[in-house]
Order: sequence, then C-alpha cells, then structure tokens
Amino acid sequence: MYDFLQQIWPTLWPTLAAIGVILAFVPVLGLYMTFIERKLAAYVQDRLGPNRVGPFGLFQAIADAIKLFLKEQVIPDHVFKLLYFIAPTLSLMTAMFALVVMPFGPVPTDYTSGFRYIVAPGIDIGIMMMIAISSLSAYGIILGGWASNNKYSLYGAIRSCAQFISYEIPLGLSIIGIVVAAGSLNIEQIVAAQGGDFWNWNIFWQPLALIVFFTSALAETNRLPFDLPECEQELVGGFHTEYGGIKFVLFFLAEYTHVVTVSFLTALLFFGGWHFPGLSGPVDAGLGGMLLRTFVLVAKVSMVVAFIMLLRWALPRFRFDQLMGLAWKGLIPLGLVNLVCVAVVFTFDLPKHLLSFTAVFLFVASLISARNLQSTINMPRSAGRPKAGSILTEVTV
Amino acid sequence: MSTETKKAKTVKWGEEPKLGWKEAMYLPAIASGLMTALKHAFSGKTTTRQYPDVEPVIPANYRGVHRLNRDEAGRVKCVACYMCQTACPANCIEIIAAPAPKDDPHWKDRDKFPETFTIDELRCIYCGMCEEACPVDAIELTSVYDLTGMSRQEMIFDKEKLLAVFDETVNSGRDPIRTHRGALGPASEEASTAKQGPPPPGRGRHG
Repeated sequence: MYDFLQQIWPTLWPTLAAIGVILAFVPVLGLYMTFIERKLAAYVQDRLGPNRVGPFGLFQAIADAIKLFLKEQVIPDHVFKLLYFIAPTLSLMTAMFALVVMPFGPVPTDYTSGFRYIVAPGIDIGIMMMIAISSLSAYGIILGGWASNNKYSLYGAIRSCAQFISYEIPLGLSIIGIVVAAGSLNIEQIVAAQGGDFWNWNIFWQPLALIVFFTSALAETNRLPFDLPECEQELVGGFHTEYGGIKFVLFFLAEYTHVVTVSFLTALLFFGGWHFPGLSGPVDAGLGGMLLRTFVLVAKVSMVVAFIMLLRWALPRFRFDQLMGLAWKGLIPLGLVNLVCVAVVFTFDLPKHLLSFTAVFLFVASLISARNLQSTINMPRSAGRPKAGSILTEVTV
Repeated sequence: MSTETKKAKTVKWGEEPKLGWKEAMYLPAIASGLMTALKHAFSGKTTTRQYPDVEPVIPANYRGVHRLNRDEAGRVKCVACYMCQTACPANCIEIIAAPAPKDDPHWKDRDKFPETFTIDELRCIYCGMCEEACPVDAIELTSVYDLTGMSRQEMIFDKEKLLAVFDETVNSGRDPIRTHRGALGPASEEASTAKQGPPPPGRGRHG
C-alpha cells in the first residue's frame, strides 16, 4: 500500500492540490459573486448597495453565509423527503464536477509533473464531458421542483427541463466548429490552438459561434434573460420555493458555479484562454509567466462575469414561446449552417478568417428570415382580430 | 333575450408594434440596454439616503410627535378648554381640567389648567386638528418623526412627557413655536393683548 502510494504520489498531489483549490475557491467565489452582483446592481440602479458590514460592505457575503448556515431547517410536510434532500446536492455536485476538466490557469499541453491548474489534465473528451456533466444539473432542478410537491415549483422544473433540452443543441453545435478547428475535444489543445497572434482567438473568425454559444450557455445557467425556471413574478421562485437555509445555498451556489463555468468556457474557447499578445514562450517556463497568464485568464473571466451580471439589468425576461422560438428558430439553424461553413472551409483549406464574413452574412440572412417569419409567430387571439397595422384598430363585432 | 336588443359593440384591439430591424437583430437593442446600465453605473450619482448616519431634512409643516407649549412663566400654556379633545377625530386626547389655584400669585391670571393631559400616540393619526383647534396655541405637532417605544403604556404621553417634548424641541432649531396667539388667544397672554388691542376683524390666527 505504502509503495503504491509512493508510486502514484507525484501524480496524486497535483490533482489533490487542484481539487483543494477548486473546493476552497468556488464556494467563496460564489459567495463573493453575490456581493459583487448586489453592488453592481446597486450602481446600475443608482443605489449604494450593501455597505454596512465591514469596509464597503465587504463582509456582507460572510454575514450572509453565517445567516444562511445558522438558519432553521424547515422541511415542509408535503415534500417527498428523499428527493427533496438529494436535489440541491445533485445540483451543486454536477456543477462542481464539470469543473474537473476546466483549466483555471495555464496548462502546458505536454503535462509536465508538478502543480497544474487543472484537476484532470489531458482528458481527450474534455469539452464534451464538461457539457454532458453540466447538463446533468437539470436533474437537480427537476427533482427539486418535483419533490417540492408544489405546482409552481413543478412549473419551474418543467420549464427548466424544456429549456435545457432546447439549448443543449445550439450549445453543442457552436462548440463543434471550435473543436473542428483545434482538431481536439481537449480544452488545453483548443486553447493552445489559439496561441500566438491576437487574430488567432476564436472570436475573430467565429463570432457567430460565440453569439450562439454565449446565448445558449446563459440559458443553461438560468440567469436573468432566461431565468424562467425561477422567475419570482410568475412562479414565486420556481423550483427553490420550498427550499431554505443551507439547501437553498446549495442551489444558489450551483447557479453561481454555472456562471463561473460558462465564463471560463467563454474565455477559454473564444477569447484565447491564457494567451495574450506579447506573452509568448512555453507556458510553464517560470513562476512569473505562469502567474501572469493566470492573471490574464482570470481578467478575461471576470470581464465575462461582469458582462453576464450587467446583462441582467439590460434585458427583460423572455416569454416562454420566445425562449423556445429563439432556440429552435434562431440558434439551432444558425449553429447548423455555421457548422457547415466551418466544415467547408476546413475541407477545402480555405483561409479560416473567411468565416467571419460568412458569419455576418448568416446573421443578416437569419434576420431576414426572422422578419418574414414574424407575422406567423404570433398566434391569433380571436377570429375578430385585425391584421397587423395601426396600434389600435376599431372593429365592429 | 332577443338579438335585436343586443347592440353592436365596438371592440378596440391593441396591436403589438411591429419590430423593426434594430429590435429583430437583438444585438443593437442589447447594446443600447447595456449602455444605459453602464451609464448609470458610472454616473456616480446615488439616490440612496444614508438614513441613520445622515438625518433627512424634515419640512417645516411636518406633523410628528405632539408637544405642550409653555408660556413665558414656564407654566403649561393649555387652558383646558377641551377644544382639541373635541376636535380630535381619533379620540386620543384626554384632558381632566382643574381650577387654577386662585390664591397662588403665579396662577392668578388663569381660571383653569389641565390637571392631566394625555395623548395616546399610537391611536393618534397625526392630522393636526388639535393644533388647529387650540385657541391658545398650547398644543403643537413637532417634526420629531422617529418615535418608538417598547410598550403601549409607554406610548401614552402624559402632561409631563408632552412638556418634556417641548423642552427638547423648542431650542433644536427645527421646531420653533410655530403658531402665535392671534384673535382667539387672549387667555394665555392677557397683558400683551391688552396693550395691542383687539386684532382687526377678518384676520385669522395665522394672520
């Protein structure tokens, strides 16, 4: 046993260290993201935000955590107890599990020993596993809504189910283009393929994939423009209505972990990961270079996080038919055609920056079709309904 | 019911405005929304009031906790006429009058004074009718807005408490004695009225 441990120790300790880093940072990050989100929301709304606990309200997150942990555990009588307890755990577990293949710092593609910024380096199905695992978190939400034995919660869960199924498809389609370019599902390889020049970042030759990816990823996180599973106004909180205290925290943390995952993925897949013009050479050359690259990655990720938080105050929530329409009539056709374009470009060895022009072309084409479809999208309210025209039409019935 | 009596109804249908190019594209609309959000985020303006740290400026006509004014001699100005108790729509004022001690030189110009004067601050609706009704401007509503108490009993203010409110607020700068004795107030300051003579007719107590 001892010999075995000694034998695997050189590969074991970096993994354990990376797990430790993720387990230590993600909950704290989640807590502090609530604080940052509240502050940002306050500034956008011309308020001050939390500022009573500690300097600038910095300890507000800790106070919130203490409050939530010490709260009484209320278990409603009408719930299905087993699933009621499993649901939040499953939700957070899947969200954290998806982080296993996510590099949170520069990872060399030859995987030298020593500390690496990833729990499981060199997983050749990396991005696929990440998407597969993170879409499992739908189970947490569906089980939570069902076990709550509450009609509003169930509505939230059903919406979430439909939303997850619909948005998985454009999410996958948008990533396939990137994967084709990099020739690997491995996230480290995808990032390595974007190295060197600024113009190698995937956003510059696949902007359409970015739009499709970001929109559907946002839908996967249940964040505001797509937060139909938990909208307070219609569903009194949706699937987490019956949850309080620590169980609510788990759901909450899962949502923020998803935001972190999505932000990391956006930065890694489209914005060049830890690459930045001027930062050349092997990524594990020295401690300074590694820290600098980690900083570059974290800066990109925080920008995406800030963008997600700002989007919340810029966009109203989608109506459910609009939500489904956006996925099935907008993103999926766009993703498919974009994939065909990528395939054509790579099959015939055309310059890949041609794709940015096709992206613009596709976007305009989708607009024209969307405009033509628009009159058929709205269902008639009654037989006496007039044709589209003036705002108010007088009809004699 | 026959169909002839049924009148033709005119129904107004609201029609959704048709989306233009900009809205159909989503992205420009999102960008403009983000710009609005960012503009507010970096404007540096806040509408938050830092209440416990910075107290708000209370308007002069604010109707807060009552006080019973004192006259120059330090006595309670109230002459126990029951006008406020009668005017009060919430029945929260209770006065028991007593004849002024005539042999005391301190009280020789007064016939009555309130032996007890209690206001139930919880029942009061802060309408200001007592203030309007008072002929000698003895009762006033101050700008004290943050009245709290631990029990109902504590919130029933007696004469001493109401006079204490006067002592606290009269020199605070926010609550000077607002109303001044006019046509109806000869009882409180007899001497000065006698010198001035009766006020011209038609002028109210606020001049």
